Amino acid sequence: MVKWTELERSTVKAIWEKVDIDEIGPQIWARVLIVYPWTERYFGSFGDLFTITAILKNDKVAAHGKVVLKALDKAVNNMDNMKRTYADLSQLHFQKLEVDPDSFRLLADCITITIACKLKSALSPQSQAIWQKFLYAVVDAMSSQYR
Amino acid sequence: MTSLSAKDKNTVKAFWAKVAGKEEQIGCDAVSRMLTVYPQTKTYFSHWKDLSPGSAPVKKHGATVMAAVTDAVSKIDDLTGALLSLSELHAFTLRVDPANFKVLAHNLLVVLATVFPNDFTPEVHVAMDKFLAAVARALSEKYR
Repeated sequence: MVKWTELERSTVKAIWEKVDIDEIGPQIWARVLIVYPWTERYFGSFGDLFTITAILKNDKVAAHGKVVLKALDKAVNNMDNMKRTYADLSQLHFQKLEVDPDSFRLLADCITITIACKLKSALSPQSQAIWQKFLYAVVDAMSSQYR
Repeated sequence: MTSLSAKDKNTVKAFWAKVAGKEEQIGCDAVSRMLTVYPQTKTYFSHWKDLSPGSAPVKKHGATVMAAVTDAVSKIDDLTGALLSLSELHAFTLRVDPANFKVLAHNLLVVLATVFPNDFTPEVHVAMDKFLAAVARALSEKYR
């Protein structure tokens, strides 16, 4: 189980408070599909993902971004229980959706960069370190049922 | 991994032109973040007196790295040639594990996002990511 200091808890919450799921969710998801186009393999039902413009305009992409950030909200509120919180989602991504867990790392990096665009220099090196520790704990929890 | 298309190269050159004048700030921030967020990278700099964010050696190294990246942008059509001696340096003298090139690249992208939040669009992001990966490959050429 990951141990969190008070500073780490408050930093994660402070960053998360500045994230508007409806605004940032679609941006993050579009960024993942554009920067790492092989992730499109999981979204055959999303329609037109053939150009950057299409991805940026795609409603299903935007909706999925919000779904993913709502799930991240669970992690923010359950930092001491991430493996249990994400056990079912991890199972789902492994058995049913068959998602390569490396994709979780790619998503984590896109989340950090999208938040960096939003927070700018308010995301100090120390905050970035704490935020990435948090995200990699989420990635671990999401990978935990892959066996 | 694919090589850089003409569109990628133009995107990188156009975006990097905006960096002019901010190289020191960006380089310093990128190295500071690398050392803070990935403490294992500190193992390469034990000869520095001060590894804290924004310290003199960090600033100096940030400037060195940025000058090399700027040079690479200007020689984007032949990165292997452009980075030959730097590759030899990293391979034989510094012996930096090439996995760390990706780490520095990630932190550089984070800094670019904070400094250019509106210009660092997904298109620019993917072109820069590809470019830095190509730089990393060129830097790894002489390793074995």
